[in-house]
Amino acid sequence: MTAAAPELAIETRQLTKTFGRQTVVNNLDLAVPRGSVFGFLGPNGSGKTTTIRMLLGLASATSGEVRVLGQELPQQLPGVLPRVGALIEGPGFYPFLSGSANLIRLDSADRFASPATRRKRVADALERVGLTHAAGKKVKAYSLGMKQRLGIANALLTPRELIVLDEPTNGLDPQGTREVRHLVRSLTDQGTTVFVSSHLLAEIEQMCTHAAVMRAGNLVAQGSLDELRQTGQTRIRLVTPDAQLALGVLAGLGLAADVEAPPERGGASADPQLIAPLPEEVAAEQIVEALVANGVRVRGFTVAGSTLEDLFVALTGEGFDVAQ
Amino acid sequence: MSPSNSGVASVASGAAAAAARPRAGWSFLASELVLLFRRRRTWVLLATLAAIPVLVAVAVRLSTARAPGSGRGPAFLDQITQNGLFVSVVALTICVPLFLPLAVGVVAGDTIAGEAGAGTLRYLLVAPVGRIRLLLVKFAAAIAFCLAATVVITAAGALIGAALFPVGPVVLLSGDTIGVPDSIVRALLIAGYVTVSLAGLTAIGLFVSTLTDAPVGAMAATVVVSIVAQVLDSLPQLDWLHPYLFTHYWLGFADLLRQPVEFSSFSSNALLQLAYVLIFGSLAIGRFTSKDILS
Ligand SMILES: Nc1ncnc2c1ncn2[C@@H]1O[C@H](COP(=O)(O)OP(=O)(O)O)[C@@H](O)[C@H]1O
Ligand SMILES: [Mg+2]
Repeated sequence: MTAAAPELAIETRQLTKTFGRQTVVNNLDLAVPRGSVFGFLGPNGSGKTTTIRMLLGLASATSGEVRVLGQELPQQLPGVLPRVGALIEGPGFYPFLSGSANLIRLDSADRFASPATRRKRVADALERVGLTHAAGKKVKAYSLGMKQRLGIANALLTPRELIVLDEPTNGLDPQGTREVRHLVRSLTDQGTTVFVSSHLLAEIEQMCTHAAVMRAGNLVAQGSLDELRQTGQTRIRLVTPDAQLALGVLAGLGLAADVEAPPERGGASADPQLIAPLPEEVAAEQIVEALVANGVRVRGFTVAGSTLEDLFVALTGEGFDVAQ
Repeated sequence: MSPSNSGVASVASGAAAAAARPRAGWSFLASELVLLFRRRRTWVLLATLAAIPVLVAVAVRLSTARAPGSGRGPAFLDQITQNGLFVSVVALTICVPLFLPLAVGVVAGDTIAGEAGAGTLRYLLVAPVGRIRLLLVKFAAAIAFCLAATVVITAAGALIGAALFPVGPVVLLSGDTIGVPDSIVRALLIAGYVTVSLAGLTAIGLFVSTLTDAPVGAMAATVVVSIVAQVLDSLPQLDWLHPYLFTHYWLGFADLLRQPVEFSSFSSNALLQLAYVLIFGSLAIGRFTSKDILS
């Protein structure tokens, strides 16, 4: 690492994992800056959880290198793990113990955690995820969402430099999802790096500063959200009642437009929309000029970078809820 | 309750905490023991074992009313009627071949596979508990269960024996007579012997438990191993093998009822069990430290 490079919380080089003949993670080069909220995005089965297991020393890499918090894994694992909190592939708890007893158990497994402050820290963590009222309830009586919160509370038992959350909003209702988003943002206020995986783009877009996109074990994009947006195509969006006429004008300028049906809103503007990628050599004002000159009634015209959704669908080839 | 200990403490203090020396980690062993002995399943196992001396004593009491000294059944069965303190020894003799291996199989087979099955193993390991430390703590807790199980049988036997039969000086196999306090010491020695006897099986169960994420499979396999060993031990054609079977000295605790105490089978047994613990402990460490945790 050069001195100029920002310090990385997680860095992998050519990280690869195979299960039998199947390559589940393929030559992954992750670079997660310290202090970022890093979204690890990919459809189900794209290798996110497997990568996380390797980052935490649960599974060994078939080949490649992993550095977490500047330490080489797996050699430095004992020194790294106390500085990392994690939720991996859903929560896992003893159903016959209460929520707080479960956290006390896991905290007592950490030799760096102080027994003197244990109860207080457990109570604080439960409060942060809104489980204080259910602290004494057996986990078998918890809903999936409550278990998920308890799993997040476990990651917060001691102050951590890195928190890894594997699909933290699975099973949460919209209110719970909002709370988790808020919680994740509040973590970075204290300088913690958060690495959060998801198969839902909207979630990543709303809480992350950076993201990486996985597709079938391959990293297909990585960077800050702004950088990712810029890699997409700029598009124009035209609202007009004269769709056919406009299509012809745009084609004359070299723009291949798609017509979108008018949004179904009670009566008002029932005009179709035309969306087309904007080639670099064409200026936006040129288009408007040509449209008006040809008698197209322009009721709305915008130029926008592509949405992340466009980018991710293009990168992963499918919608995000599609299992592999 | 200093602010640095609260949940919203800064990362800097977290880093400082991480840089601090780790504690010895006794609280995890304590947590493991509490977890084991608070579980309803553990209580059911112990209660079942405690019921065996009670059943034996009640059955003997009822039958001797009709046919005293029939001479059938395990060694010492007849002596129960003369001295209630023998109930413990008879109950242990009955429990050693099957009931104790069953109970130990459940606990030892569950050690790692149970955590894997519940999804808690990955959280313990990232907490972090080192993998070798986890095995050591699990083994220690399972041995504590072996001790609890034999002590429960011994104590239940002594109590029910005192309730249903006369208690007094005990006539030993060697013909000598010892007093009640001495006989209690002997009973505890026997409980210790049986606990040591179960160490090898516990290590085998621990190893099997690292092979699977299904605790029931590991429990069953452990019990089956103990039965197979006893069957092999009973085949005269295999007598060259017998001294190496971990079940070979299981019933050898009768030597502790001689005067003076005959410790040779105790030490042979302890040595054999130690060998099994070392071998299967190493196998468990080798397997578990190199295993991908995908549960
Ligand atoms: N224990 C395993 N053995 C074999 N293949 C596995 C195992 N765990 C996961 N896989 C495979 O690895 C791929 C990636 O899985 P995973 O990392 O869980 O994906 P994600 O978390 O992105 O949904 C999937 O194709 C899955 O079938
Ligand atoms: Mg996953």
